[in-house]
Amino acid sequence: MKTKAQELEKFALDSANELGVIMEEQKDWQCCGAVYPMGKDEVATKLSSVRSLAAARDKGEKLVTLCSACHHVIKRVNDDMKNDSAIREKVNNYLELEKIYSGEGEVIHFLEMLRDDIGFDKLAEKVTNPLKGRKIGAYYGCLLLRPNREMNFDDPENPVIIENFIAALGAEPVKYPYRTECCGGYLITDNKAVTDEMTENIVKSAAMNKVEEIVTACPLCKYNLEESGEAGNKNIGVSYFTELLAEALGVK
Amino acid sequence: MVRSKVVPDNDKKELSEILKISGETINDCMQCGKCTAGCPATGGMDILPHQIIRDLQLGQVKKVIESKTIWSCASCFACASRCPRNVDLARLIEAARLLIVRKKGSDRLKPETVSELMEDKKMPQQAVVSAFRKYNK
Repeated sequence: MKTKAQELEKFALDSANELGVIMEEQKDWQCCGAVYPMGKDEVATKLSSVRSLAAARDKGEKLVTLCSACHHVIKRVNDDMKNDSAIREKVNNYLELEKIYSGEGEVIHFLEMLRDDIGFDKLAEKVTNPLKGRKIGAYYGCLLLRPNREMNFDDPENPVIIENFIAALGAEPVKYPYRTECCGGYLITDNKAVTDEMTENIVKSAAMNKVEEIVTACPLCKYNLEESGEAGNKNIGVSYFTELLAEALGVK
Repeated sequence: MVRSKVVPDNDKKELSEILKISGETINDCMQCGKCTAGCPATGGMDILPHQIIRDLQLGQVKKVIESKTIWSCASCFACASRCPRNVDLARLIEAARLLIVRKKGSDRLKPETVSELMEDKKMPQQAVVSAFRKYNK
């Protein structure tokens, strides 16, 4: 977000400011590792998330995430700290925090903040530049939604949060079947033939439903969709949801 | 007649390792195939997702470990989310990958490759960081 996904962060901060929300970058944050370590015996790869969660807890604040992957990893690690006593014990033994961390912190995605803390109706009132007539497709991908038991973000098969967000900004949300399908993620580095097929399906599905532009919350989804030749063929641009927000609030 | 399945001795250790790392109960799977039906990455797979679990149930660990399937899984959790028996196939496949990359000299992504990947000025660091987590230990 400091280099290749600057728009995701900049437009989020500018918009939050406009909405009267104070967001503060966490001091000395560490990378979450971008993928949730699924091995039950892996502890080291979960430490950076716990450090962030504990720091937010100590300040008595919610931890807000912008990127789908960060959100996924930190939320699931928090779940482990709450429910998996073996992981909780090992992590705490290693970190030796002043106060033991047991998953009591709260991590929310920026979209959840807009929905639950501000409210899409209130957001709609603050829109100065409604995005009238634009047909926008939400691309959820995987990490915000699944596994639903842990992420608890929205209906994993038929989510509405980004569509409601798009509607609040005055644009026309367009639902298309592949909006929750995976873009291939990290496979792009190792198995591009597979990601090409996956992104092609997504973009074709969007185009068939007359989507003119796609918004997403994940830098890797954005990259993979843009890399797909289909996005160019169908002339569908991919941008971050925060860019849309900043535009509607007149701070872009 | 009682039919019993025979797990080759060599594979027993690896199977129990996969079960330990993943924490999953493979015998809960009833082979309904919902995981395979919803998997977006089967295009790159030689063994289908539900067959991976069946092979593990039958002790055919080598087949799983040598498959292309485990390197085509994008960890999108569609299978795990939809499984009516709460078997997390994504975790099982991760455990199979870990079994390989944790062995000395078996990293799939070498540090030297990172600079090559980063030559693509648009590819987010997230791609490389996640690939490194998946393919290197």
